[in-house]
Amino acid sequence: MPYFDEKNETLSEEQLRKLQSERLRETVRRSYENVECFRRRMDEAGIRPEDVRGVEDLGKLPFSYKSDLRDYYPYGLFAVPMEQVVRLHASSGTTGRRIVVGYTENDLSMWEECIARMLTAIGVGKADVVQISFGYGLFTGGFGVHGGAQRVGATVIPISSGNTQNQIRTMIDFGATVLCCTPSYAMYLAEEIEKLGVRDRLKLRVGVFGAEPWSEKMRAEIEAKLGIKAYDIYGLSEVMGPGVACECPEQSGMHVWEDHFLVEIIDPDTGRQLPPGESGELVFTSLTKEAFPVIRYRTRDVCRLIPERCRCGRTHIRMAKPAGRTDDMLIIRGVNVFPSQIEEVLLAVSGGEITPNYRIVVDRVNNTDTFEVEVEMSESFFSDNVRMIETFERRITEQLRSTLGIGAKVRLVNPNSLERSEGKAKRVLDLRAGKI
Amino acid sequence: MVIKQLSVFLENKPGYLLCAADSLAKNGVNIRALSLADTAEFGILRLIADRPEEGRRVLSDLGLVVRLTDVLAVSMDDTPGGMLTVLSCLGEAGINVEYMYASSGSGRRAVMSLQTSDTARADAILREHGMAEPSPEDLA
Ligand SMILES: [Zn+2]
Repeated sequence: MPYFDEKNETLSEEQLRKLQSERLRETVRRSYENVECFRRRMDEAGIRPEDVRGVEDLGKLPFSYKSDLRDYYPYGLFAVPMEQVVRLHASSGTTGRRIVVGYTENDLSMWEECIARMLTAIGVGKADVVQISFGYGLFTGGFGVHGGAQRVGATVIPISSGNTQNQIRTMIDFGATVLCCTPSYAMYLAEEIEKLGVRDRLKLRVGVFGAEPWSEKMRAEIEAKLGIKAYDIYGLSEVMGPGVACECPEQSGMHVWEDHFLVEIIDPDTGRQLPPGESGELVFTSLTKEAFPVIRYRTRDVCRLIPERCRCGRTHIRMAKPAGRTDDMLIIRGVNVFPSQIEEVLLAVSGGEITPNYRIVVDRVNNTDTFEVEVEMSESFFSDNVRMIETFERRITEQLRSTLGIGAKVRLVNPNSLERSEGKAKRVLDLRAGKI
Repeated sequence: MVIKQLSVFLENKPGYLLCAADSLAKNGVNIRALSLADTAEFGILRLIADRPEEGRRVLSDLGLVVRLTDVLAVSMDDTPGGMLTVLSCLGEAGINVEYMYASSGSGRRAVMSLQTSDTARADAILREHGMAEPSPEDLA
């Protein structure tokens, strides 16, 4: 199995912890000296930089949040003078003001390395032609992957996103072997290629897809339609950009490059660290970033780490695909439930055509959460046969139980009986507030 | 004979049944026969109406899920034993009756609506046995 940086990708547990501890101390010290927001939080919590001796003390440190990037916009969280910043990236976000992050020369080099490790692991190198259909510009996708692809010596086509006909023509004419874009765009491209009937003229063999959530089902479809291996890449601009965690040939979880990033899973309500393997909010601390170090940055992504050693030989811990956002998460009888999971079940049970309209109703009766899923009946599920409807209802119930791990009561309701606001259906009715 | 029945999904909440019947009446759709299959969770309302297509439009307008389904209609003497003949013919042919409901027709005739495991074959068998088809007045 080829490595880009074998020594660092296969460090022993002990070596990794030692390296992380050194780098954490340094990051905390530099942030304390240069970032006012962090210094104030440390002082308020009564923690001195020297109280952090190693990774075991990580839990003592204050969290940082997306709102910090808005509050200290534009350069308030930068830890180096602007003379050392060589690149800016920004995102508008769907809510509120935009945020901006900066990179030094070393930061860009580290970013390239993270992506080069992934590309090398999945067999992409000098002989490859990499079509980068992630958006270029302030968004981190295009330039992020670009640097990594160049680092492994591949031929890069910096085509950016959009103009599907031109994408396909370029892919054919330039003999692209690797496609990098969002999974939904990959899906769209695959469909267009199918329609045009030009798949035989493609040389594609690998895809690197990320920057939005996608399912295993989607992966299987993209792989089948394009005849490629599709790999997942994770990252967010606040922490660096794509490449914080990357899949390897095993396609079973993304390696978090632990010599550069410390990863924790915490309980989003209490902030307590959770044991390995449990699901909670994903939190990152950068270990080598200079311009924009982050300490215990709360991603709001809900995720699980995979503590078992990967078969590929890399020792860095893996994270599963994020299951959703903490903002959408419900905790019912101690189990995390996302509306998206319920949507998937309904879509599957109803034949994968249209998702029935639904609503989750959670209440508390006699100290126990009640969990009901109301599903609107529609012409396509309705039959004159009582047993068929009962079977439909039972299949939803069973699928929900196996997907969520807890039982839900399914209730079929009349169409259009569920409340909508501004045309959008309200998915959750939580009546538990104030009840014991 | 095979006729159109209206099947309506009803969520288990009071008021829907009344609302459906009221709307049909206001729109001049005459209900000849009616049955309600009820589970703990939901119900299916089944109706034989004089104008099924108009009935479907009216009920859909109410926001209900409606489907037109085929059922068999048989006319029989409104006397003891009338129904037995129908059931034994179908039973001998191995056809299951999934549900049935009756309404009084004109005079001393009753109309039975039947859902079976094989509508076409059941129709043929009943014709063979000389079962009477409902007259237009029976269904009006
Ligand atoms: Zn691996």
